[in-house]
Amino acid sequence: MEKQNFDNKVIQWVDDRLPVFSYMNHEYNEFPMPKNLNYFWNFGALATIVLVTMIVTGIVLAMQYTPHTTLAFDSVERIMRDVNYGWLMRYIHANGGSMFFIVVYIHIFRGLYYGSYKAPRELIWMLGVVILLLMMGTAFMGYVLPWGQMSYWGAQVITDFFTAIPFVGEAITTWLRGDFVIDNATLNRFFSLHYLLPFVIVGVVAFHVMALHVTGSNNPDGIDIKDPQDTVPFNPYFTAKDSVGIGAFLIVWAAFVFFAPNFLGHPDNYIEAQPLSTPAHIVPEWYFLPFYAILRSITFDIWFLEAKLLGVIAMGASIMILFILPWLDTSKVRSARYRPLFRLFFWVLLVDCVILGIVGAKSPNDLVISGVEWFEYKTLGLLATIYYFGHFLVLIPIIGKIETPKPLPTSISKPVTGGGGSAPAGSASAAKKEKA
Amino acid sequence: MHKITMKAAMAACFLFGATMTTTVANSAEMMSFPKKDWSWQGVFGTYDRGQLQRGLQAYKSVCAACHGLKFIAFRNLTDLGYSAAEIKDFAKTIEVTNKEPNDEGEIFKRPGRTDDYFPDPFPNKQAARAGNNGAFPPDLSLVVESRVGGADYLYALLTGYSEPPKGVKLGEGMSYNKAFPGHQIAMPPPLADGAVEYKDGTKPTVAQIATDVTAFLAWASEPNMEARKSMGIKVMLFLFAFLFVLIGMKRRTWANVH
Repeated sequence: MEKQNFDNKVIQWVDDRLPVFSYMNHEYNEFPMPKNLNYFWNFGALATIVLVTMIVTGIVLAMQYTPHTTLAFDSVERIMRDVNYGWLMRYIHANGGSMFFIVVYIHIFRGLYYGSYKAPRELIWMLGVVILLLMMGTAFMGYVLPWGQMSYWGAQVITDFFTAIPFVGEAITTWLRGDFVIDNATLNRFFSLHYLLPFVIVGVVAFHVMALHVTGSNNPDGIDIKDPQDTVPFNPYFTAKDSVGIGAFLIVWAAFVFFAPNFLGHPDNYIEAQPLSTPAHIVPEWYFLPFYAILRSITFDIWFLEAKLLGVIAMGASIMILFILPWLDTSKVRSARYRPLFRLFFWVLLVDCVILGIVGAKSPNDLVISGVEWFEYKTLGLLATIYYFGHFLVLIPIIGKIETPKPLPTSISKPVTGGGGSAPAGSASAAKKEKA
Repeated sequence: MHKITMKAAMAACFLFGATMTTTVANSAEMMSFPKKDWSWQGVFGTYDRGQLQRGLQAYKSVCAACHGLKFIAFRNLTDLGYSAAEIKDFAKTIEVTNKEPNDEGEIFKRPGRTDDYFPDPFPNKQAARAGNNGAFPPDLSLVVESRVGGADYLYALLTGYSEPPKGVKLGEGMSYNKAFPGHQIAMPPPLADGAVEYKDGTKPTVAQIATDVTAFLAWASEPNMEARKSMGIKVMLFLFAFLFVLIGMKRRTWANVH
């Protein structure tokens, strides 16, 4: 990293000894960004904003919250009623969880569409998957803290997954819960971890961004930066563009916080946890529904493996598979803009995920179409699950082999010229050209 | 063309979110209840003070015999439009158990003070069940927030009592209620015409009392709702103006990039 010269002597003095100003200047001021980024490239910045807001509101809430089974629910109500602007903090935090997942899911699908997971950005992508896993853990444990009915029974269902592990399942579950049942020990450790994990996320985000600043951002054309004409400095161009996204996003978030604060929640969580009374339907938060559908889609034993264990494995695998995606994709062309077949199946995958989400919200034995007896939601769930894995394990490798990509532009600043651009070496079209 | 794809994608993402949330909402909604026009609905909705005051009167004379309201303190009743003096007088009419023992070491009862909370009608859950044919009358502080259908459900429940349809056998001490999940409810019909004598002269029909109590309990579920909405309108006005400025700034910055 090059050292800068600063007019201010104090800044210069500090920078000579601790080059934070040079660093900030290099990474966030003059850092070259592809100039053709669209608004989907806002979502990384949006996720950062949510993460910081969640930590700030969370710390404030923790000052008033009591992690004890007899007091947790009441302390949350005290925050809502008696603490100055406690309702505001809690509604921002509770809806912030949903906003975080909306933003991150769009961020992930953007990466899928424009091939941001491909070389040389594989590690950025994998760190992103780690962040997603940490977020899921944090969100789940946070939802348990108010100690409402869904908190309690959600914790019951999720920790029960671990009993599916052969031989040692029961012991591991007891160890995780800290008790034979979900009780105060469980609540305490969830509170402790819910406070810890966001800071772990901050750490992984730092690596995510660090790795990003090695390769630079991908772009909608998915081609490499060829010359300085292709880029603009981060500041002011992307500080301005990200600000627009943040402004729009805050409107959406505020609309929920102020006008529909409980829309994304479940009414049952305003009933204090009752260990002896199970709610009619235990439903996770909306952002877990697709995974919940995959979990419940496997209702049959295979050989000596029980359905429950298989469901847990399938659910875990649905995320783990993202780690190897960079190596499953056989096409060297990144952006779906130039991959007609891949683009089609991208949209099918998105629809498949929506279907999984719907299945996750329904009772497994409800009929998808009334009157069609054999077509229950669990059947639809199984089909959608098979398709989900098929997309990554079968379609993605095959599409890369058989697809003829459209000609790539020669550079970001020079859009496709009449003769068509050159495809990167190793891509399907390049291979064909070599043969010809 | 790229712009169009992007807009389509944006729309798809939005649709994704929307379907998800409505599915959750729909699947939770096992029964639907007739929608009533409540004064607090909508962005600008506020509570109707007269309605809340009548609701408090009805709660005190009808519901409070079996149902607690543990998150509401008498001091909170300023929200209903009462003065400090009125609340002081109201608190005195309710007997509460002192939390600390007296000098003789005995827990004692005394008239309420403004900082006291509404007392629970039963000393413990077992006593509550024993006094109610085995059923536990839930605390009502969050009843509107914690039931699918909210205020509409509560109103439908309070007005939903009838003779059981032919062929429906009720358990001992149970009543038929078309709004209650399973239609068998342990609570006997709580309201009757004239069950409350309203101070403001409103005619106390079952529908009227049910409306008032529902409004009062909606307030009890979320006493800060009015503060939330009025802040929300200001926040929204600011954010839209702010976004407008940001868009202008962005356009200016990018004007010479091609």
